[in-house]
Amino acid sequence: MTEPLLKMRGVKIEGRSDETWNPIINGVDLTLARGEVLGLIGESGAGKSTLGLAAMGYTRDGVRISDGTIEFDGIDLLTASAAVKRELLGKRIAYVAQSAAASFNPAHRLIDQHVEGPSQHGVMSRAESEADGMELYRKLRLPNPDEIGFRYPHQVSGGQLQRAMTAMAMSCRPDLIVFDEPTTALDVTTQIEVLSAIRDIVDQFGTAAIYITHDLAVVAQMADRIKVLLKGDEVETADTRTMLDAPTQEYTKSLWAVRSFERPAKPAIATGAVPVISVQNVDASYGSTPVLHDVSFDMHEGRTVAVVGESGSGKSTTARCITGLLPPKSGQILLDGEALPASYKKRSKDQLRQVQMIYQMADTALNPRMSIGQIIARPVQFYLGLTGAAKRKRVDQLLEQIELEPSEYYNRLPSELSGGQKQRVGIARALAAEPKFIICDEVTSALDQLVAEGILRLLAKLQDDLSLSYMFITHDLATVRAIADEVVVMKDGRVVEQGPKVDMFTPPHHAYTDLLLSSVPEMDPDWLTNLLKERGVDNVGDAAVDKM
Amino acid sequence: MDNVLKIIMQRLALGLLTLLIVSVVIFVAVNMLPGDFAQAILGQGATEESVAAIRRDLGLDQPMVTRYFDWLGGVVQGDFGASFASANAASFSGTTSGVKTVAQQIGPRFANTMFLAAVTAVIAVPLSVTLGILAALYRNSVFDRAANIFTLTSISSPEFFLAYVLILFLAVLNPIFPSLSNIYDGMAFSERLNKSMLPALVLTLVVTAHMMRMTRAAIINLLASPYIEMARLKGMSPMRVIVKHALPNALAPIINVVALNLAYLITGVVVVEVVFVYPGIGQLFVDSVKTRDIPVVQACCLIFAAAYILLNLTADIMSILSNPRLRHPK
Amino acid sequence: MILWIAAVLVGMGALAWVFRFAGQAATGNVPKFRDMPFGVAYGYILAVLVVGWLIWAYFQGRSSDPAIANKFFFLRIGIEGFIIFAIAAWLFRLAGRRVGTAWSRKMFRAMPLTAAFGVMIILIYAILAIFAGLLAPYGQEQIIPGVAANITPGGDPALGGNPDFPLGTDQIGRDILSRLIYGAQNTVGIAFATTLLAFFLGGTFGFLAATFGGWLDQVLSRMVDVLMAIPSLIFALLLMTIASVWAPRLGIPLTVFMVIIIAVIDSTRVFRLSRAVGQNIVVMDYIEAAKLRGEGFGYIIFKEILPNATAPLLAEFGLRFCFVFLTIAALSFLGVGIQPPLADWGTMVRDLSGFVNYAQFAPMAATAPLLAAGAIALLTVAVNFVVDWMLHKSSGLKE
Repeated sequence: MTEPLLKMRGVKIEGRSDETWNPIINGVDLTLARGEVLGLIGESGAGKSTLGLAAMGYTRDGVRISDGTIEFDGIDLLTASAAVKRELLGKRIAYVAQSAAASFNPAHRLIDQHVEGPSQHGVMSRAESEADGMELYRKLRLPNPDEIGFRYPHQVSGGQLQRAMTAMAMSCRPDLIVFDEPTTALDVTTQIEVLSAIRDIVDQFGTAAIYITHDLAVVAQMADRIKVLLKGDEVETADTRTMLDAPTQEYTKSLWAVRSFERPAKPAIATGAVPVISVQNVDASYGSTPVLHDVSFDMHEGRTVAVVGESGSGKSTTARCITGLLPPKSGQILLDGEALPASYKKRSKDQLRQVQMIYQMADTALNPRMSIGQIIARPVQFYLGLTGAAKRKRVDQLLEQIELEPSEYYNRLPSELSGGQKQRVGIARALAAEPKFIICDEVTSALDQLVAEGILRLLAKLQDDLSLSYMFITHDLATVRAIADEVVVMKDGRVVEQGPKVDMFTPPHHAYTDLLLSSVPEMDPDWLTNLLKERGVDNVGDAAVDKM
Repeated sequence: MDNVLKIIMQRLALGLLTLLIVSVVIFVAVNMLPGDFAQAILGQGATEESVAAIRRDLGLDQPMVTRYFDWLGGVVQGDFGASFASANAASFSGTTSGVKTVAQQIGPRFANTMFLAAVTAVIAVPLSVTLGILAALYRNSVFDRAANIFTLTSISSPEFFLAYVLILFLAVLNPIFPSLSNIYDGMAFSERLNKSMLPALVLTLVVTAHMMRMTRAAIINLLASPYIEMARLKGMSPMRVIVKHALPNALAPIINVVALNLAYLITGVVVVEVVFVYPGIGQLFVDSVKTRDIPVVQACCLIFAAAYILLNLTADIMSILSNPRLRHPK
Repeated sequence: MILWIAAVLVGMGALAWVFRFAGQAATGNVPKFRDMPFGVAYGYILAVLVVGWLIWAYFQGRSSDPAIANKFFFLRIGIEGFIIFAIAAWLFRLAGRRVGTAWSRKMFRAMPLTAAFGVMIILIYAILAIFAGLLAPYGQEQIIPGVAANITPGGDPALGGNPDFPLGTDQIGRDILSRLIYGAQNTVGIAFATTLLAFFLGGTFGFLAATFGGWLDQVLSRMVDVLMAIPSLIFALLLMTIASVWAPRLGIPLTVFMVIIIAVIDSTRVFRLSRAVGQNIVVMDYIEAAKLRGEGFGYIIFKEILPNATAPLLAEFGLRFCFVFLTIAALSFLGVGIQPPLADWGTMVRDLSGFVNYAQFAPMAATAPLLAAGAIALLTVAVNFVVDWMLHKSSGLKE
């Protein structure tokens, strides 16, 4: 057997906080052969990025490698001098960061940053490298490859920057590239373009890669082998197909199982039923920029309507119109068939009570200076007029409903809770008003999959118990599959398509819905290959977007 | 480029407007004085006739709005009116030839103050930017901590304390520089420099501390950005990371820091000039405040405010010019 | 002269190179020496030289030859003072870790020495200010009959001192020690009151502007912009000129005018900060949730915004206090601030400043003006150390 390219043995990494060193990685082994792509997955805080950087012999400020060995092609990265490491970095080991927009220097043009590596490391002359850069841009299917390099980073879109950064990593033809969540910040339709471009170029040059992500479906497309991390420990490693078909560890199985949560379809809505909330022909604008055009849809008792679309499609703006934070320019919102005043300031206490909201970021949605008890008690007192023991009793009851032990959590501050628990408190605060209708604004997108799953199940249970009506804003189609009864697809401030979930997920679709649906990665390792074949390899997403 | 030009013109217009409003504020404030100037010039024993005569001469019988525009019209042409103190002296001697205009009084002193500020800037700017960058590079080292304590102390100390400490060590105990800065017209440059050295050093101490801390903060902020990490991960040498990747982006914040601190000099100059009896505009201002020589106070105030606004404006425009997003619009 | 300096710099460079080379050889090329840039080695050498010179100068200060001792007297005092304060702060922190509540003990454990020093000095000043009447041996305005003016500090009769007046007397025969202690009450008390007023004004308007936004915010912000366009000391001097004419006519002490003028000028800075802090909080989702619940402005400001604004405002209070304190000291030094016969440090520095010129022959005499100026500097340094620590703590140890 030939010597592996990268060999990490018993690597322990610590991070400093409050003057003490806390473990981040507790002894992980990693082996990578030449030309192999290893997927590194785990939830946030699992230490994947730290491990990825350590593979380059690099640690961020306040982080140190405390034990183990890291060998790259026979060179010990932990004892090598700074000069030896500099000679490797960029030339033989390259890095692609999560946020390309922040990782390109705003003061220099793309091509100048591209040629810096080759010319400084003496791999090619500046002119050669420039020509090579344009060739790489072409291979990565960037538009105007001969011209795009002469732009500044802020003049180029996020998806294109991410590909330009991949080109920059390739500039010295390294043996290893570390990809650190390169598509996490992108919309699904853009993600496809970047994924396919990265995969092709890595294939073409036979470069070995470590691909870090939290998205299983993405890693399934990219990696030959997958390593699962949990809180700094390795859970298991196996090749991609084995891992997907037959995971051995409980934790890995549970990650897979998330995808299988789906609610049974509900009977059709009775004709003539009055919707709880009805959005009718709403137009809205921020200042003089119009953002919503003629938006109409209904939401019924005990049902969940998922509003999907990419960022900037007007999902959240619609929610602001319903709550009255942004009075619509024209059109109206009906609650139980009666028109609501456009601004929340003009609505009665009872009307306000009926429409509640759960926010995406639980961190900013809970006042950090109030205890959990106070946060939930406020609407109880404000709307229902309960005080003293009755109030306390009601709060305890609500805490039980969200599955938090009242005696333990009543006096805690939000900062002492985990992300998922905070989101539950947000749910309890909405429930405390005893509303008919709750807007859930991306409530699971900031959470890890397992935690998100728990929140979705809780919301489903509460809906069944209390016949609540949800408006579920999300960009994640897996969440839609799991929880929605009806779906509204939005694009550029318009409703593109709407109907029951079953109809939405069976063709034929509107062209945009089709693009959106087909762009969501699936767990099948052949999904990307098949999709590209279907769409025609050369014009992946760009062409699909142009079609519309 | 049109875009940048438009923004800069807007800032300039805004600065001019602010200056105009400031002039109104100063004028109105001064006119809140009880009694009137004529009385103040002639003192208690003046006859009603002479008061009325002076009132007419100075246009004090006009309504306030008219007087404001007269004053403003004069200021725009460099005429700040006549100084009370000299007018007073002249009225006793019975001639008008001794009346010094405010402009005559301020002119040479303004030049002196500019000289002092320039000497300070020449020493302080390179020193503090270098030290600030060093402190940022070796942050949390012994050097950084010592610099932190030293700069905090010098920021916290009143200017006159620093001034007397420097006089003590550099003028009294070790007679290197003179403790009195009695400079005058026609002095040789080297001599002038020597006499201005102590006040300049005091100002340097204060301004350097501020500038160094702000430079350090700006650079640390910058070094934490992902593109600096990227440059390191591309295997660039530490020197190249600083020169090629950090400095172009640090320019805007550093220029900002420098301009803001030069604006700060304006306030510091008043106390320092008094301590060293430096014949600058700050000392004139304080003397006029004590003798209630209103036209001079008014003029000095306006000049200080104008310099302050101008420097802040410069900081603003420089940071616009050095922003690649604005220089290369989409 | 220039040649000398150049020679020293080059010599140090050579020393630095030797130092690094010796380090590499002696330790078997450990990374600390192997990757050490030349500049860092140079820095070490420079530091050693400076410390060496300080030690040499200190012993010069203890020399038996009075000419030499006088020359290095102040440096000696400075070094001794530095060491004494450092030890005192260390002991103070040690004590803080032992006694007090669990909360205060925890706080002291995480405290750097500079912050402990700051807390200690602030406590001492507070005690002096509150109990000035009990602690001061004489009254602040008392011209003691039969006592000479201008007694030298130090209490050594041979040098023109008097043991009854350890810090000497001023130009009209008042006890300097008593005036320094009363100065704590007057100067610090007035500065504290001014800062409180500035915070009340600036904070109220700042939060109103942040919460209501719209035209109120526009009007207030533009007004503040104009006021801030005039350098604050200059503006204060201008307004004090006017106030000094009005004060006797209205029969109100000039000091009251000074408090109001400085508070108004300083409240513009407080306004800017509290508006910014308020705006950061107002965009939080929990504020939106409260608005959508139908809560009134009173509830939102007092229950949701203010509790979250205290930490940054407290740090700002320290900084503003220093600024106000220095402004008042500067005004008094220029003769238009706190009015005699109230004892005040700024005025004392101005009155006693002439003594600095005697330093070469009678170092003790020169300490008189420096004591008052030093008293001002010490307090502002202390407050700044504490604020620096608070800001560092709240920035979440990122850096």
